Amino acid sequence: MLLRNLCSAFRTFSTMASSGPVEASIRSKLTTLLRPSSLIISNDSWQHRHHAAMRAQNGGSGETHFSVEVVSSEFEGKTTIQRHRMVHAALSGEFTQGLHSLSLKTRTPSEVQPMSPGSH
Amino acid sequence: MFRISLRSPLRIVRPSAPAALAASRLVAARRFLSDDARAQIQKAVTASPMVLFMKGTPEYPECGFSRAAIQILNLHGVPADKLKTYNVLEDSELRSGIKEFSEWPTIPQLYVKGEFIGGCDILLGMHQSGELEDLLVKSDIIPQVEEASAAPSS
Repeated sequence: MLLRNLCSAFRTFSTMASSGPVEASIRSKLTTLLRPSSLIISNDSWQHRHHAAMRAQNGGSGETHFSVEVVSSEFEGKTTIQRHRMVHAALSGEFTQGLHSLSLKTRTPSEVQPMSPGSH
Repeated sequence: MFRISLRSPLRIVRPSAPAALAASRLVAARRFLSDDARAQIQKAVTASPMVLFMKGTPEYPECGFSRAAIQILNLHGVPADKLKTYNVLEDSELRSGIKEFSEWPTIPQLYVKGEFIGGCDILLGMHQSGELEDLLVKSDIIPQVEEASAAPSS
């Protein structure tokens, strides 16, 4: 519960950063690969600017940490690990060029149905 | 040609095409894991029923994602003697090696019974769906709980 609140708090603030070339590249590659019905990319890099690894890169490029929420029918019939591997493979170039962290939510359109109220 | 023949024994053979693609790209981008390093990591992932490669230590995690992973395992009451953690920040060879070994580009990484489970997002998803508890029980890491636990976490 605490974790969930924390995560949603992260997400709310993460939209504050403006988008850059890495974000554009992530968007274009995932759009090509997955033809997503929804693709939300948040740059969370500012939260991590004091990390040792980021300091080593002069504070990072400002595009080191991202959260991606993607909905695609391409994920149908695949496990979460397989879905994440698809995304990792598409973005391997970004990873070698300084993308440091990628938090993923990968769902199919049928998994996006909102929970019915009072179900828990 | 020569290069390819050198490379092939070091590649991890996986059935799925995207994984193989990811592997080949990762291999192309990073220095190759030596057989010796691979053997050491193989030993490390099976050193304990549960193995977590993280940044920092359980007492002092040095990254929010590693902290989240530890918090989730703590929520499930994973006993200390069933969990071994490796601080990849203390070993740069391990840090790059485990990424190549798992074909997974980020830390933390969780292994249960020598099998790669996933990173922080997957752990969190499995926690929320109840899969994690099932896996931990099935792997004899935590005992089976009789009644559905409705107690709030403190």
